[in-house]
Amino acid sequence: MQQRFVYMDYNATTPLRPEVKELMVRDLEVYANASSMHEAGRRARAGIEAARASVAALIGARDPQELYFTSGGSESNNTVFGTMYELGRGRAPSVGRYRAEGRRKVITTAIEHPCVMNAARRLADEGFPVVFLPVDGQGRVDLARLEAELDPSRSEGGPTLLVSVMAANNEIGTVEEIARIALMAKAAGALVHTDATQAVGKIPVDVHAWGVDYLTLSCHKIYGPKGVGALYARSGAPLEPLVRGGHQEQGVRAGTYNNLGILGFGLAAELARRDLPEFSARLRALRERLREGIVARIPQVRVNGHPTEVLPNTLNASFPGAEGESILLSLDMEGIEVSTGSACASGSLEPSHVLMATGVGPELAHGSIRFSLGRDTTEEEVEYVLDKLPPIIARLRRMSTVSAEIRSA
Amino acid sequence: MSDAFQWLYSDVVKEHFTNPKNVFDPDEKFEADAEGLVGNVKCGDQMLFLIKIRDDVITDLRWKTYGCASAIASTSMLSEVVKGMGIREAYGIKPADIARRLGGLPENKIHCSVLGDKALRAAIDSWLDKRGRSGEFAGEDAVVICSCLGITDKDIEQAVKDGARSWEQLQEATKIGTVCGGCKGRAQELLHEYVHIFGD
Repeated sequence: MQQRFVYMDYNATTPLRPEVKELMVRDLEVYANASSMHEAGRRARAGIEAARASVAALIGARDPQELYFTSGGSESNNTVFGTMYELGRGRAPSVGRYRAEGRRKVITTAIEHPCVMNAARRLADEGFPVVFLPVDGQGRVDLARLEAELDPSRSEGGPTLLVSVMAANNEIGTVEEIARIALMAKAAGALVHTDATQAVGKIPVDVHAWGVDYLTLSCHKIYGPKGVGALYARSGAPLEPLVRGGHQEQGVRAGTYNNLGILGFGLAAELARRDLPEFSARLRALRERLREGIVARIPQVRVNGHPTEVLPNTLNASFPGAEGESILLSLDMEGIEVSTGSACASGSLEPSHVLMATGVGPELAHGSIRFSLGRDTTEEEVEYVLDKLPPIIARLRRMSTVSAEIRSA
Repeated sequence: MSDAFQWLYSDVVKEHFTNPKNVFDPDEKFEADAEGLVGNVKCGDQMLFLIKIRDDVITDLRWKTYGCASAIASTSMLSEVVKGMGIREAYGIKPADIARRLGGLPENKIHCSVLGDKALRAAIDSWLDKRGRSGEFAGEDAVVICSCLGITDKDIEQAVKDGARSWEQLQEATKIGTVCGGCKGRAQELLHEYVHIFGD
């Protein structure tokens, strides 16, 4: 029998769109250094600037010069936190104008991607007051707590330097209220960053509607190549280079341009912007079909995350009594590719920090599966998963110590 | 969330994961002489062993687990190995023996395979307890961890069963690592492992 291959791990990464692949194959031989003054260099540079305009348009930035190309989301996030390190120590930034005036406190959340979590922990190690905001049972940031943390008379750590909240969560898909959060942060005089790696291309993203100073995005989550991403920084926002060297990217990010990656990014961004309404509606319908099918066919399922404010492609569910890695591997044997919040799949003994932060408890976190759908997902694939999943859960539950009462003689 | 390289399970592991042997069937009337339950769902894995013993030989057995593929496969293999085996020999089976028979397990999955033999030993211990033979095999397969004081992995296991959860509590209970301190790394690994298995 032909082995099926049903990829449902688009939040981990996406395949290249055919159009992007075609462009990149065609431009594979464009080798000129985009910083060179000669004709070939100028041509390469023109391609990069066109890509910058496409990426800017995707997130509603009015001036493409507010976009800095990086190696990806992790680098963009680290650039923001590295900038805060300099500002918090009272240094003037290399780019932009800003006086921290004693502000050192950094507020982020308990459900961020590890690159934000670890960058924030590094600031804490350096003596910065760092707060990881709790979230509610659906993964939404506790705004009352944010308000208190922003008020030096009601919390510790003094006035706030930065508020960094992800736009949408990679594991459970919950969409955060970035516009409200930014408004509150601005009122307290703080800078605002959002990691929009998972949001971009799936929901409308507009830096002006949201009112953020910084926004992180990645190319390989929107059907472009890996190894390229961008940081949006509002014109005049302080920036400190993470990678020092030449004058590329207005002195904010040194290193010879990744021509091919950036060109692919530009086209992927243009297509993501064009397709967003149709893409999002189609994915939401497929996700609903998958959710309804799972809930109808499998007893005792818990759907994690927010019921409505959720990415259109992301479905996270827990199957009590069945362990996540066993579910994942069983699906894998049927050609279905998903991910899990189980500790067994992470190499540590700790289950997903995101699910734990929502308060589901370790057993449900260990038994969680993330289905993330994408451009190539079909109704037929969703039906295939709905056929294969119930017997897998039933089998694992049947052999589980959790599900049935056992009496020995 | 997960890395592809962690999925390089052998065909034997896959076979035992897909078609595990001697799994307890709730509809089957399996009358066990003893049972052993170790691990904790909160930690992501739990194991139950049910055994029948005649003349100190394991005549039949069943098991159940809440666990990952490594836990399922290694317990399935273990159950095949010890069926028909004398309880003294079965008591001495090591996770490494099972991992070898499975054609190896990924390094970071070894800790998932240690629950099966612990549950089996707990079942045998419980059977011995009921017959006034408590502790008959204890110490037989012990490995010395702290050579200064002759403290074994069994001593650490017992200390954890008696309530030690931290390094300080383990030292309080066993005096381990209070002389040269050279065993601290290995001893802390074992402490972590046993707390995972026996802790609450």
